[in-house]
Amino acid sequence: MDFSSLRSLITRYCTGEESWVDSRTVYIGNKVPPPGTEAYILQRFPDNRIVSSKYTFWNFIPKNLFEQFRRIANFYFLIIFLVQLIIDTPTSPMTSGLPLFFVITVTAIKQGYEDWIRHKADNAVNQCPVHVIQRGKVERKQSQKLQVGDIVQVKENETFPCDLILLSTSREDGTCFVTTASLDGESSHKTYYAVQDTKAFNTAEEVETLHATIECEQPQPDLYKFVGRINIYLDRNEPIARPLGSENLLLRGATLKNTEYIHAVAIYTGMETKMALNYQSKSQKRSAVEKSMNAYLIVYLCILISKALINTVLKYVWQANPNRDEPWYNQKTETERQRHVLIRAFTDFLAFMVLFNYIIPVSMYVTVEMQKFLGSYFILWDDDMFDEELGERPLVNTSDLNEELGQVEYVFTDKTGTLTENNMELRECCVDGHVYVPHAICNGQILPGAAEMDMIDSSPGIDGKEREELFFRALCLCHTVQVKEEETVDGIKRGIHQGKSTSFYISSSPDEVALVEGMKRLGFTYLRLKDSHMEILNREEEMERFELLEVLNFDSVRRRMSVIVRSSSGEYYLFCKGADSSIFPRVVSGKVEQVRARVEHNAVEGLRTLCVAYKKLTHEEYEQTCHLLSSAKLCLHECDKKLAEAYDVIEKDFILLGATAVEDRLQDKAADTIESLHKAGMKVWVLTGDKMETAAATCYASRLFHRNTQILELTTKRTEEQSLHDVLFDLSRTVLRQHGSMTRDIFSGLSGDYQDYGLIIDGATLSAVLKPTRDVTSNGGNYKEIFLEICRNCSAVLCCRMAPLQKAQIVKLIKASKEHPITLAIGDGANDVSMILEAHVGIGIMGKEGRQAARNSDYAITKFKHLKKMLLVHGHYYYIRIAELVQYFFYKNVCFIFPQFLYQFFCGFSQQPLYDTAYLTLYNISFTSLPILLYSLMEQHINMDILKRDPSLYRDIAKNSLLRWPTFIYWTLLGVFNAVVFFFGAVFLFDNTTFTSNGQMFGNWTFGTLVFTVLVFTVTLKLALDTHYWTWINHFVIWGSLLFYVIFSLLWGGIIWPFLNYQRMYYVFMQMLSSGPAWLSIILLIIVCLLPDVVKKVLCRALWPTTTERIQTKRQCLTAEQSTIFMLSQTSSSVSF
Amino acid sequence: MGKKQAGTGPLSRRPDNSAFKQQRLPAWSPSLTANTVLPTFYILSLVCLLLGIWLLITVENTHELKVDYTKAETCEECFSLRKSAIDSTTACTCTVSFHVPKTFPGDVFFYYGLRNFHQNLRRYMDSRDDAQMVGRKNNLKTPSSYCAPFDYDADRNPIAPCGAVANSMFNDSLTVMYNPMDGSKIQVPLYRKGIAWYTDKNVKFRNPPTNNTFPLQQAFERTTRPLYWQRPVYELDDTDSNNNGFINDDLIVWMREAAFPNFKKLYGVLNRAQGPFTEGLPAGNYTLSINYNFPVEPFRGRKELVISTVTWFGGQNYFLPIAYLVTSGLILVTAVVLTMVYVKVGKKGKNMEE
Repeated sequence: MDFSSLRSLITRYCTGEESWVDSRTVYIGNKVPPPGTEAYILQRFPDNRIVSSKYTFWNFIPKNLFEQFRRIANFYFLIIFLVQLIIDTPTSPMTSGLPLFFVITVTAIKQGYEDWIRHKADNAVNQCPVHVIQRGKVERKQSQKLQVGDIVQVKENETFPCDLILLSTSREDGTCFVTTASLDGESSHKTYYAVQDTKAFNTAEEVETLHATIECEQPQPDLYKFVGRINIYLDRNEPIARPLGSENLLLRGATLKNTEYIHAVAIYTGMETKMALNYQSKSQKRSAVEKSMNAYLIVYLCILISKALINTVLKYVWQANPNRDEPWYNQKTETERQRHVLIRAFTDFLAFMVLFNYIIPVSMYVTVEMQKFLGSYFILWDDDMFDEELGERPLVNTSDLNEELGQVEYVFTDKTGTLTENNMELRECCVDGHVYVPHAICNGQILPGAAEMDMIDSSPGIDGKEREELFFRALCLCHTVQVKEEETVDGIKRGIHQGKSTSFYISSSPDEVALVEGMKRLGFTYLRLKDSHMEILNREEEMERFELLEVLNFDSVRRRMSVIVRSSSGEYYLFCKGADSSIFPRVVSGKVEQVRARVEHNAVEGLRTLCVAYKKLTHEEYEQTCHLLSSAKLCLHECDKKLAEAYDVIEKDFILLGATAVEDRLQDKAADTIESLHKAGMKVWVLTGDKMETAAATCYASRLFHRNTQILELTTKRTEEQSLHDVLFDLSRTVLRQHGSMTRDIFSGLSGDYQDYGLIIDGATLSAVLKPTRDVTSNGGNYKEIFLEICRNCSAVLCCRMAPLQKAQIVKLIKASKEHPITLAIGDGANDVSMILEAHVGIGIMGKEGRQAARNSDYAITKFKHLKKMLLVHGHYYYIRIAELVQYFFYKNVCFIFPQFLYQFFCGFSQQPLYDTAYLTLYNISFTSLPILLYSLMEQHINMDILKRDPSLYRDIAKNSLLRWPTFIYWTLLGVFNAVVFFFGAVFLFDNTTFTSNGQMFGNWTFGTLVFTVLVFTVTLKLALDTHYWTWINHFVIWGSLLFYVIFSLLWGGIIWPFLNYQRMYYVFMQMLSSGPAWLSIILLIIVCLLPDVVKKVLCRALWPTTTERIQTKRQCLTAEQSTIFMLSQTSSSVSF
Repeated sequence: MGKKQAGTGPLSRRPDNSAFKQQRLPAWSPSLTANTVLPTFYILSLVCLLLGIWLLITVENTHELKVDYTKAETCEECFSLRKSAIDSTTACTCTVSFHVPKTFPGDVFFYYGLRNFHQNLRRYMDSRDDAQMVGRKNNLKTPSSYCAPFDYDADRNPIAPCGAVANSMFNDSLTVMYNPMDGSKIQVPLYRKGIAWYTDKNVKFRNPPTNNTFPLQQAFERTTRPLYWQRPVYELDDTDSNNNGFINDDLIVWMREAAFPNFKKLYGVLNRAQGPFTEGLPAGNYTLSINYNFPVEPFRGRKELVISTVTWFGGQNYFLPIAYLVTSGLILVTAVVLTMVYVKVGKKGKNMEE
């Protein structure tokens, strides 16, 4: 013993991993164990302080600034600002410093406030009192001072202060009830167990006498996984070792229920608790729009740099003449003259950069972020997506992906709970070929499946009767259902037994509840688990008690679960239930053929089937089994693997009892939603762990497959007959032939009804396809490509028998295929989390299987049908809004900066700004910011009812169509054209002539103001031209910001500003407005600027209308013809909504 | 929803059913179809045409005459004398004669024009101190650093007004003589005041306070005149003591920097009180005599006298009327093209809709 531990110690240190210890030893009560038993390794653990806040008072400013300037945009503006501070630049540092300061301050205040709230919450948690047992007494301690090893007493309705191992409870059987609602949203009470050997230590004094150590793994974030071992030292003998599992571990954040008090020992504290480890933020997803935006930014950065370079070079060419470099009227200071020419050139370059830097505005980032943040509220507010049953509305966990909802090409959906209700009901059970249908109305009556069943050979005999009852007992015993008593849910009491105390079943798996409830209707009622005895009320209203010896829990790899029980007569039974595929190979006797036929029949009907089997164990066999299990459970390394091996040995040689079929109804409007998604051009894939037949039936029911869909199968069954290689090539040939003819159809204009393909693939085959073949000679490496090629041509794909990780693999595969389509994953269970995290957009359904999916998703909804509105309406709107926002922002800044660039050619490349500082600063912040922000929140190019009715409109915006390069170039060219018009228009107007009636002349600031006025009006009116949805808010904002510009200019020029050292704008704006030609030219220039865009719009609409435009036109006609009717319906709808 | 219900029951989280939150605000949805655009285009074209014609007629009625005197006639000598900017001690006068072919009716404005003079260079433009010019006492003694190297003279005396702009003020003085047929010479009388913006003259430019107790000169004590000036700022106008200091009209006009290298600035307005000038500037021969100070040779510039009449529309500027006429034409052409497209495709387009 000593030796091995020493050796392990040596190996630990030799590998140089002192800090990393993969298991920890906790001394209960922080007492040194009896000497000589094991080397006492002192380990240091953090205290129980929870720090969810990011900053402290001292490091807030530096850390927050650092965080903020890590963002590339902020950094860019900081650099510009610093350049302005250091060198003599054309614009004052205020112009970029002020907006940057504003943005940084607002963000810092927001983050500081959030952090302050977190601090307050942390303090509340950290200082809340806990009861710790020290020297046999209960003492109060602040939660943050809790140490690993402390024994904690927790009373009913208190939350656990850290992760604890349950030692004893006020209940005799050593159980306690806990709700983990705040952790994973499951409000059901879960039972946790004290270690059998410690449950007697019930009071503070007794606990104090306990000598034990706990060895367990180092903390890891998985909430449902825990392995450990407790060594109890009784009477200085060899310690008794007992395994610890997640059923012994009480998690921080969970609440104790229905139990007076418990004693438990702290093992993970503070930031090492599982809850704290789960705080870690998810990886950032970025939308396609953001990617295009960044691409555009790079283009603009190049434009900016090249503009600055061109101007610098031209400046030095122009200045080659010394009289131009330094004319007599503009002498330099001595220091300026002595500066080296390269330094001067570099400063000039920087100065040009600063002058043109507004082409990439700070406000774009702020506006985009505000748009996303505020825009996401429309999802929250949507009444159509509110679920009345649950009282829940959609959740928006990130608003960064709003527009991605309008770009989805592949939808990966889970089946159970997503497409279906996950509201299970036992439809029938089949015992040896006899079919029983529990009927809700005639409670407990057995209806043998009548004439339709041709496999019934005889009525159940004596033997059959026995088998039948065994089957029912098996289902009553083989489960992990708990009975919850006297609890009301939604005001409806659901009782098991009339007259007696009301209680109902809860389980993590709805199938189990359905089975147990179904059994109740068939006459066998599961009452409770009491003192390790399961109590059943049989048909004769007699109580039967079975001692529960072992539970071999369900897992998705084995796809079955078992229990070992001892009947009152002392016989040992092992009952097992599971998927047919995992039971049939382990069955040695029973009416396999009949049951299999029935299972397949049911699966085709879309029912979820389970097979039930049993075996009798002798006492010796049981002992052996126990030994196997406990040795597997005791180990710390690769425990799962060893357990699985043990299970594999135990669960075999079954006798088949029968099968059950549970119905899971399709969700409301699931079929309609899938059809809409199809019409919208999305490919829908169903990824499920269910078996093929069931899943296929659901797919037909949900109209994923149509009657005329040709189903291609890529399943183990087929690959057994043919090699995978051949099957794949076969399928691709079929599909490609179709593809060829389809293109021909398009050419001949007859793309009406072509053959629709649906693919079914199962998990095993999929992993074979994805497995990289080492064989170089065969072209096996291309399997993936061929598979993708087939998938691309199928309108629907069903992947069944999927492990959770495989779901993510599929998503990843499609994501990485050469078109890089946008994927969306939707699911409700923990098994969907990996796929939700992997897909571009992850949507969780707040369903019955807890909140894990919803917590990890980007958006969470309550029903599958809400996906339709989410994508077709919200996604569509978000996309067109943000696309316009991005394009418009670049456009308006080209218009803004290009005249400055042109002006350099007239002012000797001296970096003279065209506009006043105030205009430079406020252009993006206040004159032109609100209209586009409100546009990007309110715009509806098409009515939302039409969007919902006509899903094909979604295709109009597919593939990021509004942010393609041609569109971008069009906007940029339009911007350049406008800039040229304002600038040269004003130049010719100013060309050495007077344009006042009193003969006085205007200066350069008037010139700049004239250009700027035309600019602000043009840019705002361009947006007005693009607006299709003029609510009062749009009117207010568009006309309001123009008015604001005028009022601001009047004010800015109306006063001698005492704090400024220049007064160049004094009365400039008023003088300009007092001149007739200025008005005439402003109007003319605006008209000329907007003309090409209007003509383009009208021409495109007439010659090459998009679907969207056609519908707009149609609606226009409709309004024209039936304006009164329309208005009436409008008003009525506005009343009703 | 009552407040009582809030917080309890499954419906408490139900979102508000307001039109805004449901994105169902009543709205006007215009779209740019040929139906709406074409009539607008035709009307716009017509309006532009009429405006253009009207403006053209207005511009036709303005007169303008430019007299380039850079090197003309006797000014050749002065031009070469002023090659160096600093050498302004010796005075030089010259005369240039010109002919006015038609009477300039009404108010006649005299401008001096400069070509190739970059008043819009950044360093030059910034080289001024508005705070000094608005009469702040502190700034008078400590001019802004932007004025460098024209902020202090060699003896560290502050310059008033400081900066390159003021320093390079146009300092030719122009006198126009009318030579009627009878051989006499009549000086054309000019108002040399009221040529600056009213707000500049009265608000933006102020002399340092004198409290009416001491002369202006004292207010400018311990400052020095700009390097290129012959006189200090408080003696700019020897005819009118109220036109001295920072509120001198010529200074104010100069200080409003021009946007382009070729510019003109107002020099004076014809005084129509008497003589032959009551109807305007009569046709005939004139002599321009120049006190030639301003050096333009170094930057290859030109100097000129511009005589112009002004309507409500300003001086003679053909750009706007032509631009209106061209725009009108363009709109008409596009409107016609659009009409054709609409007539041709319109029916087909309707078929496409079906």
